Amino acid sequence: MIEVKDLYKEFNGTPVLKGVSTTFEKGKTSMIIGQSGSGKTVFLKCLVGLHIPERGLICFDGRKHTELDIKQRRQLRKEIGMVFQGGALYDSLTVEENIMFPLKMFTRDSYADMLKRVNFVLDRVHLVDANKKYPAEISGGMQKRVSIARAIVMNPKYLFCDEPNSGLDPNTATVIDNLIQEITKEYDIITVINSHDMNSVMEIGEKIVFLKDGVKAWEGSNLEIFKTENEAIVNFVYSSNLFKKVREVYLNETK
Amino acid sequence: MNYLKHIGKYFMMLKQVFKKPQKWSVFREMFFREIEDLGLKSLGIIAFISFFVGGVVAIQTALNVDSPFIPKYLIGFATKRSVILEFAPTFMSVILAGKVGSYISSSIGTMRVTEQIDALEVMGINSLNYLVLPKIMATVLFYPLLIILAMFLGIYGGYVAGLLTGRFFTDDYIYGIQLDFNPFFIKYALIKTLVFAFVIATIPAYHGYYVKGGSLEVGRASTQAVVWTSVVIILLNYFLTQMLLG
Repeated sequence: MIEVKDLYKEFNGTPVLKGVSTTFEKGKTSMIIGQSGSGKTVFLKCLVGLHIPERGLICFDGRKHTELDIKQRRQLRKEIGMVFQGGALYDSLTVEENIMFPLKMFTRDSYADMLKRVNFVLDRVHLVDANKKYPAEISGGMQKRVSIARAIVMNPKYLFCDEPNSGLDPNTATVIDNLIQEITKEYDIITVINSHDMNSVMEIGEKIVFLKDGVKAWEGSNLEIFKTENEAIVNFVYSSNLFKKVREVYLNETK
Repeated sequence: MNYLKHIGKYFMMLKQVFKKPQKWSVFREMFFREIEDLGLKSLGIIAFISFFVGGVVAIQTALNVDSPFIPKYLIGFATKRSVILEFAPTFMSVILAGKVGSYISSSIGTMRVTEQIDALEVMGINSLNYLVLPKIMATVLFYPLLIILAMFLGIYGGYVAGLLTGRFFTDDYIYGIQLDFNPFFIKYALIKTLVFAFVIATIPAYHGYYVKGGSLEVGRASTQAVVWTSVVIILLNYFLTQMLLG
């Protein structure tokens, strides 16, 4: 379990996170949602250690992130996989080399074993015939899959995804969502997704944390989100007429 | 105050860079890649410029010593001295600061703004050590070879200029380049090259690594990197000359 307590982060005196507390559980896809500038990305970057919070506690299965020494922190980071918004694939490396990169850095496996593992994860994300291509030669959706493959190649315990659907068409976005959820269940890992794609939230958000102005304004599941009367989340999620109608239909059906 | 902040940050960066590589096999692979990108790919431009600069120095000297009281072998002597002491180590380093410096700064800067450096950090990799150390090693080990090549080609360029223009006899030129040869001057040029190679790798890396924003900022960082690398090379050249030859 990842436990976050009273997380506070500021930049140049401006607070971005003002004491956020929550937990993320194993085998569940948890989502952080909120408007642009609400602190989602900063929150996620604090979780993975890219930002050091001014105050608060982040605990990975009992290990307090802030109290770890460099070696322990490095070990913890090996257990973390991350899918970045733009993919963050290395331009100078092929798809195969990109995925093999963490294996080369952290294992003593032979090239044949590494290649076997690379092909396994590529197959897992349903990507074929792309091994020798460079990131610039594949589509956005394929880049996201490669990014997911690289994130899971080391068998992580924790998977973090920063807006994995941004810039993708609805079909591909759904495929990526389902893939992340399948991987979460299959490997029984903790997955935290940062998104403002409401389709994803409704589809795979087993736990949703809604941030507003750096504060946790609501927490619940994708089913609870239909029933909630919390004004902040209702205004955010049901800002479009389509979702308003979906909610009305759902509430009428469940009456 | 801002300059002091940057200088401090630069040395803090170097502290992170000079750590033991996490995996030697990966470091070796990166090192050879950098030798190719930063060294071998600069061979052409260095050869071209040094050959013609050597030729120009010889012609200029010939034009300026057009007196029957000054022996003609001084043309070869002056060309050799100019090329070995300044043109090869300093002038070529400034050229490399432009070519290689902008490459280092923009490639690392692009990695920063596209979150590739964040991806390295999340994996638990010391990104500065992984990205910058192979560049430093490649430039420090390869640039002395480039500069030696530049010396030969510069002096040869002077010889060819004499041959083609007929402004001086090549025999005089060859006698001049052999006259009063001081091996310390080669050592002096190579010491300067080592220092400049370090500067060429680290200052652009600093500007690229700490860039914030998007493509516009990467472009600005690249320009800043070239300007500051050139300024530091010129300043260090002044101090090193005084220290080593003064």
